[in-house]
Amino acid sequence: MTSAWPAPSVVAVSVLQVLGVVVGGPLLVGLMRKVRCRLEGRVGPPVHQPLLDLRKLARRERTRPDRASWIFSVVPVVLVATTLVIALVAPLLSTDPAFGWSADLFALIYLMLIGSVVLALGALDTGTAFGGMGASRAMTIGALSEPALLVAVLALSIPAHSSNVPTIVARSLAHPAWLATPQRLLSLVAFLIVIVAESGRLPVDNPSTHLELTMIHEAMILEYAGADLALIKLGESMRLIVLLALFADLFVPWGIATAPGVGHVVVGVVAIGAKVAALGVALAAFEVAVAKLRLFRVPELLAGAFVLAVLAVISALVVP
Amino acid sequence: MQEAAGRNRGSLQLRHVDAGSCNGCELEITSMSSPVYDVERFGIRLEASPRHVDGLLVTGPVTRNMADPLRRTFEAVPQPRVVVAVGDCALDCGVFAGAYGVQGSVCDVMPVDLAIPGCPPHPATIISALRGLAGT
Repeated sequence: MTSAWPAPSVVAVSVLQVLGVVVGGPLLVGLMRKVRCRLEGRVGPPVHQPLLDLRKLARRERTRPDRASWIFSVVPVVLVATTLVIALVAPLLSTDPAFGWSADLFALIYLMLIGSVVLALGALDTGTAFGGMGASRAMTIGALSEPALLVAVLALSIPAHSSNVPTIVARSLAHPAWLATPQRLLSLVAFLIVIVAESGRLPVDNPSTHLELTMIHEAMILEYAGADLALIKLGESMRLIVLLALFADLFVPWGIATAPGVGHVVVGVVAIGAKVAALGVALAAFEVAVAKLRLFRVPELLAGAFVLAVLAVISALVVP
Repeated sequence: MQEAAGRNRGSLQLRHVDAGSCNGCELEITSMSSPVYDVERFGIRLEASPRHVDGLLVTGPVTRNMADPLRRTFEAVPQPRVVVAVGDCALDCGVFAGAYGVQGSVCDVMPVDLAIPGCPPHPATIISALRGLAGT
């Protein structure tokens, strides 16, 4: 650990970040489902319904397709583990987390991509038609969203002269004027489109679809059961909350704890909770209003995100 | 029933299988998730994969062509699993009893844990029976 904070504060922040992501992820999914149901005129399940589902799934039988290999079984673990690493090192509550030196934006993005790639491998491993179809679709979208995300992130790291997330967040707090520059706004839009694509939400993918032919992400997890499925659902919700929290920290950093102390950390917890909940509610409301894009229109959307990200980089280089 | 309720504690996912129904029961099952009945508020959802669920929701008499797919779907559901037969046809073949394409009722093919009679059963009837399984 290279954090400048006293050890008890660093440990407390690390525990809070990991617990917040593990418990907050399913709650965020429940909140988004609730908002969606309310907007559709329904009461909807309680906000903690995903936690009830996980508790039940964790105790059910795990099944494995006849022809699947060990890859199928390690996918849920890798998915959750990579996300846990991000939850530990990313500056979600404080600008000086434990192992903050390793929280490089590129490293975090590729940690997240490891999760996407193993999911696709697990889907191919089942040997079913829908698994292969879902994997090929997810990789097509991933191949388009990854460069857009990388270039958007590059635009953020240019003015901060660092790709270390805690440094970027700390310097943005020191220079609030950065947050309204054209490169920030352009990369914000690109980042948002990529979050929607990577987390498999509308208009790119419909998480509640029952039609196998329209599935992208759901088609990849059709064969998982019991505790494996619980881990995958948990991992997916953790990825969503981590993406939204990173977005909040990079573009709306106010409230994050910049100094050790109970008061600062409490403010940090409340701030990140409120920001992520607000983003989740906005995303859910947006999902009710839009229809799913035809699969062949998705590349156009992601190409748009890429163009915005390139413009952000150009603007970051021209207008320092 | 009690056992399943204690196991699920507020979360029940089912896979719907139409074994040869006239689609009357399907209309009622679809309206369970409408704003009027909103079955999701009790933690009950219909899922796309038999691997993801706690049991099957079977409608219609079991036709010769659907007997094998129904059995395979049942075997794909992880243990412990329940089978819910919805509608008179699923219970005793209803008006289709003795028809040349019908192999039998659902209980001729697999053990049925919960039977919901009606032609078709009212959405509220189905929901209250399922709530017993979900424990909500």
